[in-house]
Amino acid sequence: MSKPNPIHFFKDAFVTATSGSLRYHLWMGCLTFLMILGSYAYWVQLREGLVVTGMTDHVSWGMYISNFTFLVGLAAAAVMLVLPTYILDDVDFGRAVLIGEGVAVSALVMCLAFVTVDLGGPHRAWHLIPKLGYFNWPQSLLTWDVLVLNGYLALNLLIPFYILYSHYKGEKPDKRKYLPFVVLSVFWAVGIHLVTAFLYAGLPARPFWHNALLGPRFLASAFAAGPGFIILVLGVIHTQTAYTIRSVIFDKLAMITTVAAQINLVMLGSELFVEFYHPTEHAESAMYLFFGLDGHDALVPWIRTAIVLNVVATVVLSLHPLRRRRPILLASCALLFLAIWIEKGMGMVVPGFIPGPLGDVVDYSPTWVEIWITGGIWAMGFFFLSALTKVAIEIETGRMVHVSARKGGEDA
Amino acid sequence: MSNREKIAEKVRQWLKPADRRRLRRDDGGADTRFAEGADAVMNKRLDRRQALKAMVTGAAAGAAVVQTACSPLGGGSEKAQLNWEEYFKKNYRLMTDEERAATVTRLERLSKLEQNADPHIQTTPPQKGVLFGYAFNISKCQGYMDCVKACIEENNLDRGSNMQYIRIFEIENGQDGLASANGDFYHEVPAEGHYYLGTQCFHCENPPCVKVCPVGATWKEDDGIVVVDYDWCIGCRYCEAACPYFGRRFNWSTPQIPADEVNQEQHYLGNRPRKKGVMEKCTFCVQRTRKGKLPACVEACPTGARVFGNLLDPDSEIRYVLANKKVFRLKEELGTEPKFWYFTD
Ligand code: SF4
Ligand code: SF4
Repeated sequence: MSKPNPIHFFKDAFVTATSGSLRYHLWMGCLTFLMILGSYAYWVQLREGLVVTGMTDHVSWGMYISNFTFLVGLAAAAVMLVLPTYILDDVDFGRAVLIGEGVAVSALVMCLAFVTVDLGGPHRAWHLIPKLGYFNWPQSLLTWDVLVLNGYLALNLLIPFYILYSHYKGEKPDKRKYLPFVVLSVFWAVGIHLVTAFLYAGLPARPFWHNALLGPRFLASAFAAGPGFIILVLGVIHTQTAYTIRSVIFDKLAMITTVAAQINLVMLGSELFVEFYHPTEHAESAMYLFFGLDGHDALVPWIRTAIVLNVVATVVLSLHPLRRRRPILLASCALLFLAIWIEKGMGMVVPGFIPGPLGDVVDYSPTWVEIWITGGIWAMGFFFLSALTKVAIEIETGRMVHVSARKGGEDA
Repeated sequence: MSNREKIAEKVRQWLKPADRRRLRRDDGGADTRFAEGADAVMNKRLDRRQALKAMVTGAAAGAAVVQTACSPLGGGSEKAQLNWEEYFKKNYRLMTDEERAATVTRLERLSKLEQNADPHIQTTPPQKGVLFGYAFNISKCQGYMDCVKACIEENNLDRGSNMQYIRIFEIENGQDGLASANGDFYHEVPAEGHYYLGTQCFHCENPPCVKVCPVGATWKEDDGIVVVDYDWCIGCRYCEAACPYFGRRFNWSTPQIPADEVNQEQHYLGNRPRKKGVMEKCTFCVQRTRKGKLPACVEACPTGARVFGNLLDPDSEIRYVLANKKVFRLKEELGTEPKFWYFTD
């Protein structure tokens, strides 16, 4: 019998990820189709330039950067599971945490993709490589973001890899080996989110972003949307696979989501008060966002929808009898996820540009190219997530183990 | 917008890429008329492929090594070779004088090969003891926009998107905020009861745009001019978000300038034609001012509303204005220290 090595692992993982039920193949096929559409749109964008997007010199970041911002939050949220599981030895979370890390990895891959498609010269991106190019660190917050995101990606790949690989070999992972990295990744998660918030908050040119609450609000909304999303994924896994998730995990995650959503609402209220109690010139972006300005109101329907969804979901989650019912829990998590996606994406990035620094009010709405590319990248994220969770589940349920670790006659 | 217009707009969006492709195929001559044609796009694709290969082979560390290793890939044509070397050149600030001379030679040769043009690209450095400053007389400006036109022609601005560095705002007397200003007026000037105020990049002494650039593609030179290295910019547009004065412009598509209108007297950091996907902005006409000339806008202004000069020279007109007129700057509270003042008679 050969000794297990990582090549076997990746080979088996590949086989696992590419085989499955008809439903699994259909799902992955749909995602692939969306990715192809997205690639076509990206090809158009590469050929013509960013002129095929809805962005202009006035609103110079749009859907891509909005999604990027939101997804950083999603990635950071994996920490909500990591912290109690590895450090506090909370066995309840054990089954969920690998999924959480899969979500983080997929979200990070999407983040990097969104930043790349937003670049005017992606073929010059090598200028960002320290030493080879010119890495304007520590002045530029964007270089900080590049560092922390890639670091976080590495951490979230390494830790689960180590654990899964150990199980694959039929061994028990050695806590002393991975715990330091877990502790590091907890701080790192807060870091990626604060750094991303500082990216915006550091720009005095844009009063809408230039406020100290932006960072904390980013964290609160991330810790609502993130675990909310993980609840949804676990819900799917629980019903679709043999990997059962115990109710107490749902309850704990729902608790986290609820508290974070409540804090997020409090901060939203505080923000609204400052903007509207005595509106100054700096409140104009908020004015534009919530009520429209000079007859321009492209964002008003979006943000109002987001607020309604947010409030409804938070209220439902806050009521114990409702939250305990699984379908209601899943539905309100979906609403909350959608609400925060709007609020933190389109509702945070775009109004920062409107009105412009010289008072111009120019609306932004995404074009088909942006929508297709965005769809393609999300499909790619789900593709990764599905493949990663499938492998993780098969290992955790003992169906994917190395031959040497197999106990008599068991089928792979 | 009516529903019909909306649909028409959608259809246009759908058709645009295909249309362009058709046009490009049918009308090969049209491309060469523009400073940056389809060739540039082609070459870019080539670059990407080669870069990938270079990364894979791990040879990216030295452009020279890579170049010899991979030049067969480019087909060996002179143009491909030049583009290849251009792709791996350094940030302008890090180049030695020889490297600067080499890239200028390559760029001039590429213009010859691609557009049959003979530009002269200078690399004139900042002059000692010079710090440029600008003052704008709001009592004099009448909104004629001659400055805007002169700027477009001098600086090879994209005619396709009608790019303009200078904006002239029409403001009602008695108002002071830009919020009430009209930045797009199309009527006879001067309009009764209004005054005019021009903006452009203010060449801040403490420029937020420079701080945020992740690759150091934009910086402040010793004579105070804030420049962009067009070949180093990756097009992230962080600087555009950071500028409090709407001073920056992005090339959303390939800039188009009729070949006979290209200003061939160029500066590497100034008005040489740009590519799509990079940032640009006013450079105080670095190609002119470092040779002792006035910026094109100052020269073109028929009312004498624009004053430009060396802030370190006590006898300059700009110093006179600063010492003797009531001056103000926009958004001083942001601490950007623009070197662009407004004054009245
Ligand atoms: S005006 Fe804007 S672009 Fe010009 S130096 Fe200041 S911040 Fe930079
Ligand atoms: S757009 Fe170009 S110049 Fe501006 S911050 Fe990005 S890389 Fe720097």
